[in-house]
Amino acid sequence: MTLIGWAQIALVLAAVIAAAIPLGRYTAAVAEGRVRWLRPVEALFYRAGGIDPTAEQSWRAYAVAMVAVNAAGFLLLYAILRLQNILPLNPRGLDGLSPWLAFNTAVSFVANTNWQAYSGEVAMSYVSQMAGLAVQNFLSASTGIALALAVSRAFARGGLGSLGNFWADFTRVTLYVLLPLAVVMGLAFVALGIPQTFADYVTATTLEGGEQLIPLGPAAFQVAIKHLGTNGGGFFGVNSLHPFEGPGALVTALQIWGQQVIPFALCITFGRMVGDARQGRTLLLVMLGFVVVATAAIYAAEAAGNPIMAALGVDPAQGNMEGKDIRFGLALAALFTATTTGASCGAVNAMFSSFTPLGGMVPLFLMQLGEVLPGGVGSGLYGILVFALLAVFIAGLMVGRTPEYLGKKVQAREIKLAMLAVLVLPATILGFTAVSMVLPMATASLAHAGPHGLSEMLYAYTSAAGNNGSAFGGLTADTPWLNTTLGIAMLLGRFAYVVPVMAIAGSLAGKVKTPEGSGTLPTHGPLFAGLLAGIILILGGLQFLPSLALGPLAEHFVMLAGKTF
Amino acid sequence: MTGILRPAASTVLLFTALLGLAAPAAMTGIAGVVFPDQAGGSLIEREGKVIGSALIGQAFTQPRYFQPRPSAAGNGYDASASAASQQGPTSAKLADAVRERVAAAGPQPVPADAVTASGSGLDPHISPENAARQVPRIAAARGIPEARVRTLLQQHTEGRELGLLGEPRVNVLLLNLALDTPR
Repeated sequence: MTLIGWAQIALVLAAVIAAAIPLGRYTAAVAEGRVRWLRPVEALFYRAGGIDPTAEQSWRAYAVAMVAVNAAGFLLLYAILRLQNILPLNPRGLDGLSPWLAFNTAVSFVANTNWQAYSGEVAMSYVSQMAGLAVQNFLSASTGIALALAVSRAFARGGLGSLGNFWADFTRVTLYVLLPLAVVMGLAFVALGIPQTFADYVTATTLEGGEQLIPLGPAAFQVAIKHLGTNGGGFFGVNSLHPFEGPGALVTALQIWGQQVIPFALCITFGRMVGDARQGRTLLLVMLGFVVVATAAIYAAEAAGNPIMAALGVDPAQGNMEGKDIRFGLALAALFTATTTGASCGAVNAMFSSFTPLGGMVPLFLMQLGEVLPGGVGSGLYGILVFALLAVFIAGLMVGRTPEYLGKKVQAREIKLAMLAVLVLPATILGFTAVSMVLPMATASLAHAGPHGLSEMLYAYTSAAGNNGSAFGGLTADTPWLNTTLGIAMLLGRFAYVVPVMAIAGSLAGKVKTPEGSGTLPTHGPLFAGLLAGIILILGGLQFLPSLALGPLAEHFVMLAGKTF
Repeated sequence: MTGILRPAASTVLLFTALLGLAAPAAMTGIAGVVFPDQAGGSLIEREGKVIGSALIGQAFTQPRYFQPRPSAAGNGYDASASAASQQGPTSAKLADAVRERVAAAGPQPVPADAVTASGSGLDPHISPENAARQVPRIAAARGIPEARVRTLLQQHTEGRELGLLGEPRVNVLLLNLALDTPR
């Protein structure tokens, strides 16, 4: 680790927080319908859909609308992927995708996961990329933000029972938050070297006389939303490592900024909507604390390098360089990795499979903690609110008082639903991993023997259920078994989690606000922040420790002993 | 039920038209006018022929050229098949490959980037230390003074972006192109 490396990390995080505060306030204004500069376009959406944007919805109506728009998005994307061979803008003449792969990919992009069992420049036509995948990048992000706004209203309002209007939230967030940010960031990306063209791939004659086929495409705009929406699905196969998707350190820094700014901003939005900015700041600082610790852990592990390589005569000065490109440096690779897995993004600017065992365990653990640090756009906020409810409940048990959060009494119904949501992740991840590790048709996909093989499979289901999308890339994921079960894991991780969360919101929305008393536990400040961090670690992390001990931890000691498989 | 189908279908179709067609088309149009070079892939032409992209690494095997990092993209630097080795830290395959590369790389210790495969398989850069070790070989193969090669290397060593971000590095294709360009 170097001082200049830490200066890079500090600069990027400072830029994230500096932008998150005004963006969070702006998003709160969007949620209240006070932002109107695209009013004619917005009105067009309501007219075409027969939508009354002022009609209040119950949690059920809100959730049904959310599922309906996602189902429609899934069907359209599935059709585009299957039919890309007869659609325009397919200069390479690529075939339609197989049913398994199209199902997996469509689920993946609708669920804001962007797990990719294909390589973009080999499998996807330009129209599949920009009109299929990129559109779902926007819409799955808007879905997450809309849900977060609805959950925020449950705490903000007293006794109303309604959560706002899904169609209005969804349309406004897309038009006023995501689209302008993506346009500005997309143009910046073109200026810094990411292609944006409909031209066919180019064949170059290299200096030594060989041929090199250089892929192109309308990438910059899609790469912008891929980060802003914490989607993470690369335009090119190796994601932000590809020189066209991550041409330099400034681009990578902007991408880190992009995949953090909205999740952090939504904490500020929450504080604003519930009328107490301190509440949002406390959540933000807990998230930020985890990001900093995780970055330090990855940076230290990767800078220390692999003793097996050092014994072979490799200079340890550069750290572990297998699977990394030169231009980003270890510091920005560590920060990118911690933020992409903490934020449920899943883009990569270094290959996790080749990380040192401890360096690779950190992203795995960040996802297992529930994708709330700071989590995906929207999903991070409603995820950490579930933990906050559990934290006040446990604190209430300790002192013998009825737990409250923001004046709302937290009772048996909410806690049961919160536990149901929290259990989706371990049940899905550990269940599918356990079954797959004894199924020959699943283990045939593994690229490694020894503990690294277990890490590969565990990582895949963790990434899918956590709606992250990054991978230990050795795994051969394009098989019927993995395409199907990973697809199911993504659906469970997104929708089986969201439904209990919405039910909690509905239940809380119907409760009147009780005024704060002398016995109320303050839910801001260091005491609550520590409590919340503890709950996230214990409830989110503890059940995964045995699997981590068998995978990355075991591999760490094997590596120190100099053994290979 | 029909009450939910109409808004769902119309919202998805309208957003596909706006975000999937109109916006990227406008973006491509603007990019092509304002940043034509970058938008088109930062291609380098010599005598009217495309010889590569300034951003994408190429394979070099002849001793007269600076050699890039090991690549797992296709048979090496296949730009249409970007890929990493994906080998884990305790992989015997990785250890064997590195052992072989170290043996071929001269005096130890060897800079890590010279014997490890990049993440993209298309890394256009090498570290300045890796490049410096190759200077004597190139000077000998070309029959030119080492000082001349060293000067070119210095001119093509890029510092951190904005003086802070990333790492110092050398673009192999641009440096080799400069070597081939008569003074």
